[in-house]
Amino acid sequence: MKLSPHWLRDFVDLPVDYRRLADELTLAGIAVEGISGEDENTVYEMEITTNRPDAMNHYGVAREVSALYDLPLKPIEPKLPARQGKSDVAIDIQEPALCPRFTAREIRGAAIKPSPAKIASRLTLLDQRPISNAVDATNYVLWESGKPTHVFDLDLLEGRKLVIRRAKAGEMLKTLDGVERKLTTEDLVVADARKPVGLAGVMGGYDTMITEKTRNILIESAWWDPVTVRRMSKRHGIHTDASHRFERGADSESTVASTNRVAELILESGGGTLIGDVIDVIARQLDLAPIELDLREVKRILGEELSTVEISRILKRLGFLFRSGGEGKYLVHIPSWRLDVEREIDVIEELARLHGYDKFPNTLPAYSGEVIDQPDAKKDAKLRTSLLALGYNEAISLTFISKDDAKKFSPATEIDLANPISDEASVMRTSMAPGMLNMLAYNLNRGTDDVRLFEAGNVFQLADGKAVELKRVSIGATGSAVEAGVHQTGRPITFFDLKGDIEDLLAPFACKSLSYDAQTAGYYHPGRSARAVMDGTMVAQFGQIHPDVAALRKLRQDVFLGELYLDGLYRHDLRKVRYEALPRFPGVERDFSFVFDDEVVFEKIRAGVEDLGIADLQTFIPVETFHGEKVGAGKYSILMRAKFQSRDRTLRDDEVAGWSTKITKALEVLGGVQRA
Amino acid sequence: MLESMSYTVPKLTDFSTSALDSAVRELLSALDQESAAVSSARNQNEVAHDVEWKQLWEEWKAFRDRWLARKNGITTQINDLWLKAAPKETKRDVGQRVNELKAKIEVEVGRAEAHLQRQESDDQRHLIESSGKSYASLDDAWRATQGVDITLPGIRRPLGAEHPVIKTMNEIIGVFRNLGYSVEEGPEIETDYYNFEALNFPPNHPARDTQDTLFIAGQESKPPRERLLLRTHTSPVQIRSMEKMKPPVRVVCPGKVHRNDAPDATHSPIFHQVEGLAVDTNITFCDLKGTLDHAMKALFGSSVKTRFYPSFFPFTEPSADVQISCIFCGGKGTRDGGPCRNCKASGWIELLGCGMVDPNVYGFVDYDPAKVSGFAFGMGVERIAILKYGVDDIQLFFNGDVRFLEQFG
Repeated sequence: MKLSPHWLRDFVDLPVDYRRLADELTLAGIAVEGISGEDENTVYEMEITTNRPDAMNHYGVAREVSALYDLPLKPIEPKLPARQGKSDVAIDIQEPALCPRFTAREIRGAAIKPSPAKIASRLTLLDQRPISNAVDATNYVLWESGKPTHVFDLDLLEGRKLVIRRAKAGEMLKTLDGVERKLTTEDLVVADARKPVGLAGVMGGYDTMITEKTRNILIESAWWDPVTVRRMSKRHGIHTDASHRFERGADSESTVASTNRVAELILESGGGTLIGDVIDVIARQLDLAPIELDLREVKRILGEELSTVEISRILKRLGFLFRSGGEGKYLVHIPSWRLDVEREIDVIEELARLHGYDKFPNTLPAYSGEVIDQPDAKKDAKLRTSLLALGYNEAISLTFISKDDAKKFSPATEIDLANPISDEASVMRTSMAPGMLNMLAYNLNRGTDDVRLFEAGNVFQLADGKAVELKRVSIGATGSAVEAGVHQTGRPITFFDLKGDIEDLLAPFACKSLSYDAQTAGYYHPGRSARAVMDGTMVAQFGQIHPDVAALRKLRQDVFLGELYLDGLYRHDLRKVRYEALPRFPGVERDFSFVFDDEVVFEKIRAGVEDLGIADLQTFIPVETFHGEKVGAGKYSILMRAKFQSRDRTLRDDEVAGWSTKITKALEVLGGVQRA
Repeated sequence: MLESMSYTVPKLTDFSTSALDSAVRELLSALDQESAAVSSARNQNEVAHDVEWKQLWEEWKAFRDRWLARKNGITTQINDLWLKAAPKETKRDVGQRVNELKAKIEVEVGRAEAHLQRQESDDQRHLIESSGKSYASLDDAWRATQGVDITLPGIRRPLGAEHPVIKTMNEIIGVFRNLGYSVEEGPEIETDYYNFEALNFPPNHPARDTQDTLFIAGQESKPPRERLLLRTHTSPVQIRSMEKMKPPVRVVCPGKVHRNDAPDATHSPIFHQVEGLAVDTNITFCDLKGTLDHAMKALFGSSVKTRFYPSFFPFTEPSADVQISCIFCGGKGTRDGGPCRNCKASGWIELLGCGMVDPNVYGFVDYDPAKVSGFAFGMGVERIAILKYGVDDIQLFFNGDVRFLEQFG
């Protein structure tokens, strides 16, 4: 909203320059966001909060200035010529709940012409386009005192009456913006004897507007129910300066004053005769009961006592009438323009606001509670620290993905947005994978070839009609595992780099069994991906992405993806660390060199050896594998190393030899052939 | 092979103590001799060169393998020929002797190795000294012969970088944790009730317009307060926390929030907030000011000043916005001879919103507003990260560009 500080001088003598005024108004909660222009043409860009429609005009801001600097505020007192005769215009309020008060006034024989220079230039300064003296008069009053009003061409109103009623279903109204609108019974209209002539509090009708031909004018100023105005404004998609004020609560008692002010301006510029008295229909009195203000409550909330002298000064300047209400109490009458002040706490805010927030001392409250961590905080921290240590950069991607990706990357039912930002972001992510692939692609497309990222976040799905949020971690890697340099040759990331990282990430979690199988989702490479199963539950899947997915996303190098399912993983506690005595007796290593069929995967070999139950077998690891002509097609050779070590004695050679024989036999049972 | 290596392990038939003593003595004597021979193999009158040292080390390896090789080394032999052959009643004695011998053999092999290493290093030193090149000191010589270009970059194992937003969020949480605040979390998909109604945004209130809400589709059949939306602030967690616990309450609620804002340099449909809430008997507006003043000093440095001025949030009354003195120009409004761009020459930067919890909110969580009072505050994490790190485009936080992320490592 724009505001001319020069205009404020109509009502209050400004004690400071415009820049300082802007700053001091802001500190009093009447925010000036920007200043442009110079001197008389200085314009403030105001940011008035929703609760302060009273300050969305010059008189309201002048009132704040008066309260802020303790200066007198000049009243707006329209000077009207003597009235003639009596107006026979009738007002019929059929919806007193939605229109408690409706005021009108008739002018005859006014000339419609351009506004006087002062009015036109003031409106222009605020980016308001001058139209004609009658229309500008209503606009001027809106910016002067905040009260929206309307002017009709009286001769175009049928039956010389205005009815405030709900629209009939299917009734049409062409509004001032030229749009034909179909009304519903939820719309509140101002109608003449036959037809709607205005959408209450939102916009007037086109067919009854002021034109050059207009001679006789009816001025309207009413108070409309905020919720009704807001609903109509939303339903019809029209936001006007009038609806903005009515839906926030306009001054309920200024209908007569604003009518008269509009009449004064029209008569001054266009001449004409004032017919009869103001027509003021009050269908319902708004409840403006006084609020009890307890000085102890002021102290309890604000932490500081305010002197009664200061309280009186602040309330008086804001236009709040008050009287003593017994010991330490006041009864405060709220002015009709401050519908936001309804309770004692609202009055306390006004006191704090004008006392100045910065005058209150800074204190720290005493506290005797304890700090409690979230149940998964330690697990979250453990994973995050490990991921950072493993060289993954922490990333955040959008929470939304395309419908297509949602289906492609998860079997879960996705949650649609009603008003998405774009088609590519139309559903809540069901998987972290698309976001991670997008980020990897983003880097590759910018010439960054070595990328390691992780993201922790929620995925969303619909289950039994409920929105479910599940915690996930995604990891993405592409490019070099070891960067080539002067000291070493480079090496690209492989499946096993990723598997190693997954193993490191899962290692801190206590479990009875952890195994890996190849049953991964379709967007993973069929031969280079795996899932980790911890005590029967999948806790991760990872691997190279499927060549088709890579092609579709135009990824020009191998990309690896991993997903940790924290709902499953976090069912496991972090391993409780207990010290184990260091071995005091030497270990013995034995190598086994075998040739196997490709089908005999290492897991089978490992399990076969494990099943032997050799207590002092500490580790059994593959040292080297080889595929090639030497070993023949469909076969591979493998060198394995067993380490035996006892906690309580030096192992005897014959024991070790015995175990080696057992292992050799077990390997042979699996189809292995020992190499010479 | 050295000539002295003539010892062979005898097959024992007599396992009497004296016979064993004698066999052990014989073996140890052979060990001593062979070890001494290896250790003194270098020609004492000459300095050995690299080629010679290669030979000397071959000899040591032969010595080692002769005694320790798994296949037919002397340790293996005494195991086979003595221990295995020993009658049952002497097994214990023989076993102990064999183990002791094994240990001694290992020690002796190691000793010979250490001796050779010392000699080799002496020789190298001598060669440097006698090379004709003049070095100012022995260290210079080492440098010249074995030094590397230490200005070449090291071999780095890449470390991941913390995301600046999460890092900032954790810093904020840390500050409030030290003041006794526990962390509370809540869902990102919220109901109208928690996101609006219980926070004193009545249905059809214009204040809802300021929230640019993203709504979940297909909610029309539900009662309005149960309809789902993406939380526009983490304030719903305040309500959930108060439902869960009785005063005193001190919580911070970090998390992701969503707004219907098209992405550009200053807008993002997702961002992060940290909200805080303290409710107790006797919590005042002065406490709110003191707490946030302390927090801002902890986050931005002790010289930072705070300034509070009235604002409006439906769930607080009185409400305030908080500015800190500009951390770029020190609050002067000018920098490098011109107006400070970061604070638009005002000397102040707006950072967060806060206020005393509105009594209406207590009504939703069954607290007695006549007995308790409290304050709430909320801040945008991206905004603070942008300030702290001078980031000029909020989108950089969300596209995963490692060139950006790695700067925060």
